[in-house]
Amino acid sequence: MTLLGTAAQPAQPLDPKVLPPKRRRGGSTSGTQRIAGWTFTAPAVIAIIVFVVVPVGMALWVSLLKWNGLSSPFGGGAEFVGLDNYKRLLSTDGLLRQNFTIGLRNNLYYVLMVVPGTIVLAFALALMVNQQRLKGRGFFRTVFYFPSITSAVAITVTFLFLFQNSGVINQVLGWFGISGPKWFVDSRGLFQTIAQALGIAPASGTPMWGTGTILGLPINQWLAGPSPALIALATMTVWASSGTFMLFFLAGLQNIPHEVDEAAFIDGASTWQRFRFVTVPLMKKSLTLVALLTVIGSWQVFDSVYLATQGGPQKTTLTPAFQSYQVSFKDGDFGGGAAIAFVLFLIIIVFTVGQRLISREKD
Amino acid sequence: MAATTTGPIAQPTRTAGAERRARAYRPLGSWSRRTLVIMTALLVLGTILYLGPFLIQVANSFKTDAEAIQNPASLIPNPFSLDGWKAALGMDPAFPVNLPRWVTNSVVVAVSVTVGRVIIDCLAGYALARIRFPGKGAATALIIGVMAVPGVVLLIPKFLVIKQLGMYDTYAGMIIPLLCDSVGILLMRTAFMSVPWELEEAAIIDGAGVMRRFVSITMPLVVPALITVIILSFQGSWNEFTHFLVATSDPNLATLNLGIAQLSAGAAKGPSLFPMKLALATLSMIPVALLFIFFQRYFVRSIGTTGIK
Repeated sequence: MTLLGTAAQPAQPLDPKVLPPKRRRGGSTSGTQRIAGWTFTAPAVIAIIVFVVVPVGMALWVSLLKWNGLSSPFGGGAEFVGLDNYKRLLSTDGLLRQNFTIGLRNNLYYVLMVVPGTIVLAFALALMVNQQRLKGRGFFRTVFYFPSITSAVAITVTFLFLFQNSGVINQVLGWFGISGPKWFVDSRGLFQTIAQALGIAPASGTPMWGTGTILGLPINQWLAGPSPALIALATMTVWASSGTFMLFFLAGLQNIPHEVDEAAFIDGASTWQRFRFVTVPLMKKSLTLVALLTVIGSWQVFDSVYLATQGGPQKTTLTPAFQSYQVSFKDGDFGGGAAIAFVLFLIIIVFTVGQRLISREKD
Repeated sequence: MAATTTGPIAQPTRTAGAERRARAYRPLGSWSRRTLVIMTALLVLGTILYLGPFLIQVANSFKTDAEAIQNPASLIPNPFSLDGWKAALGMDPAFPVNLPRWVTNSVVVAVSVTVGRVIIDCLAGYALARIRFPGKGAATALIIGVMAVPGVVLLIPKFLVIKQLGMYDTYAGMIIPLLCDSVGILLMRTAFMSVPWELEEAAIIDGAGVMRRFVSITMPLVVPALITVIILSFQGSWNEFTHFLVATSDPNLATLNLGIAQLSAGAAKGPSLFPMKLALATLSMIPVALLFIFFQRYFVRSIGTTGIK
């Protein structure tokens, strides 16, 4: 590839078609150019400043206030409280911090389910659909991608139906002799249920080792695992987003030069070895990017929580994103809600920076 | 880019070589017959998993409430009932379904957002690709930079600004904030960059101004990208939910998605009335599903161009 690239390069300056226009124009910008440039970009820039930049600034300001959302945040109805909202969130014992910690725990379990689930499923689908001899590749690609373009509202309504107590999911589980849980009622965590079944944890109450707290939440609650409702939401997300990432992986697979794989084949590598030591390393960048993108998406889960569970049962599907909405719009504590949004922003931006750095890397 | 650097000379030798060796070597993407059978079986299983929920959704919308609860997995409604669809169409006075209103709002918003985005994205995309002006670097950085701001974090802040601007509970407040579309601008910018500069240069010699070159010379050459922007904008605003949730409270401004959500949380709450809810969900999916069937490759194109959804 590099060899061919350099060989073709000297021809490039002779071919006027590929020259960037600005080099040919030369000279300084003329008055009309400048005015046209500004006029053309103004609508986009103004919209972004008014509805993204200013809102972020305003939210930062509101996160320093005690404000109920009714009066103007710049008037007398709002009291400046400094970092109090952040303290209430991260260090002072109270409902806000307790719920925030529960939300963090839930969202961590959600990430741990959605990210590996999406990557494995999307990668497997891409490998299968990439198969050259397979008939109807286009059909399968369409089917797997279709859920990605439908609305969260429609999908959530359907999944609530599938995950009912006597719904399709529990019927299918029944065929295998498994008695499914009451998905949106049972609040026990997965690990808690398993531990209780094995007799490691007591059927009720807090075990001796679980009384210590991290961020105000007892250790046994941290370790309880995802509730059935959270598992259902994660299943829905994996199902609905794997098609997009399948296409992402497919593009990467089609970029792998045949020569490399062929060389491994000639050297006598088995199919598994070629997959493990040729395909996977060459797909490392795609895999990392998808991992980061799904992490970023998973920390933003809101629609399905709002529509399916409103954080329940027993707060086991409460997430920081939903809490930020609930605290602001239902409890009228906009300062607290904005502070949650900012902490969430910090969590997400770390992964976004990583994603940008990797995207920029040369292959 | 890769196609131009590889060049027309290098390409043929490479393909011919690969073909000659292909008889002995089987690429990883092409398995033996036995593996192929297993893989096809897995793909059929996958099809059931991915298509099944939609089939169950449609089938159950034609069942009676009792049948949907008792026999949810059956794909043949027995007895066949149109009660769910009647209620979904607002013909059952027991449920506050204002379908004409919801659909009208959804159409007004989706069409306005699409038209607005097309204009804004084309103008900005052209300027960033073709015009030299001071501040261009900053504008590009801003447009790319805001893509990093997670949408869910903007929920409260957007509400604050909409309220401050007096746009709460108005169409303007539902439409204008959705006009920020970095992905669309970058898509158009890439498309404009790929139009040969000679075409515009010839027009300059003929005395054409910026506007003329933009509208009559380059626009016709970026139609595929334009269709992609139109489809993504319509799909995005039709499927939008959270923005309308915080930008409105007036039931008369509810879009189809918002209406369904409020109905499921209110009058039709809980594990009943599923035929009606599933009928509404099916209805709400139809426009985007039709777009997808007819313009599938444009959906896919967006992933290749932006690298992210």
